Amino acid sequence: MRFIKKVFGILKAPSVHFGFGLLVFSGFVTGIIFWGGFNTAMEFTNSEPFCTSCHENLYQELQTTIHFTNRSGVRAICSSCHVPHDWTDKMARKMQASKEVWAWMVGTINTEEKFQARRRTLAEHEWHRLKANDSLECRNCHNFEYMDFTVQSKRASDSHSTHLASGEKTCIDCHKGIAHQLPDMEGVPGW
Amino acid sequence: MKNCKRLLFVLFILSAFQVTAEPINPILKSEINEEVAAPPIGKTLNTDLKQKRNYPMQPPLIPHQTRDYQVNIKVNKCMSCHSRSRTEESQAPMVSVTHFMDRDGNFLAEISPRRYFCEQCHVTQSDVKPVVENTFVDIDSMLKKTGKE
Repeated sequence: MRFIKKVFGILKAPSVHFGFGLLVFSGFVTGIIFWGGFNTAMEFTNSEPFCTSCHENLYQELQTTIHFTNRSGVRAICSSCHVPHDWTDKMARKMQASKEVWAWMVGTINTEEKFQARRRTLAEHEWHRLKANDSLECRNCHNFEYMDFTVQSKRASDSHSTHLASGEKTCIDCHKGIAHQLPDMEGVPGW
Repeated sequence: MKNCKRLLFVLFILSAFQVTAEPINPILKSEINEEVAAPPIGKTLNTDLKQKRNYPMQPPLIPHQTRDYQVNIKVNKCMSCHSRSRTEESQAPMVSVTHFMDRDGNFLAEISPRRYFCEQCHVTQSDVKPVVENTFVDIDSMLKKTGKE
């Protein structure tokens, strides 16, 4: 009891017991450790091994696509497209993901059949997200301003210089399923 | 016994005329202890230019790449441009009317299930030299030739 009282006393008025400089310095150091630790843990949840520890089937689908294997050796991993790169948006998405962790714990989608049955809904969530933010996660790498239409195929440059340039359409409107297998597309506009 | 001898004789004569078929694959031409580089994989042509058909009924060739095009029970990626309702926006050629017919000649609302898998007949082309010489002659050249003779 006496010990707890003593500790509480130190916490209540630390500068009585320790020098001000020491307090500032230790605060600074622990700040670095905690902030660094927090960010490292956050980065780990953005890594390929972390995602694929559960989403192995999706990882296999990704492997045949252009975002995984290509001539220039640039690769988009799960978080490149599914997690915002901007810090505040990233935190918001990570908080949303806590609901998905709950679904994982109670086993909402724990079989391939359940996943296939829900696939369209899940895909729609991502299409809506990308439509709403004007395909921000695509544009983190693919900048419209930097596109060279002369090296694009005719079909590509035709569409990019009209529908995309005018802002009437965004990447996800045409490029659904660019890195995944598509669900049943019955009734989806453009399909 | 006599027949058997005759057969052996015929086989002996034939073996003298034995022709070894030239393997098409260059890897097969090499000796067993030789390591031969595989021929480079041709690039899929992506010109968007229609190619001539070699005969009127030939399924048109695909003049663009079709990497990762999903054609299965859930979705047909080709149809997102080539279906009747999509051609206005895509400006792609519509699938031919024959594709709407079932095998009894009835016209259906959508393409017939037997025509669903586009790449069974329509194929992309690669920028490669033919491995074996092709002696196909189209009908125009044939008519021209016979007219001369």
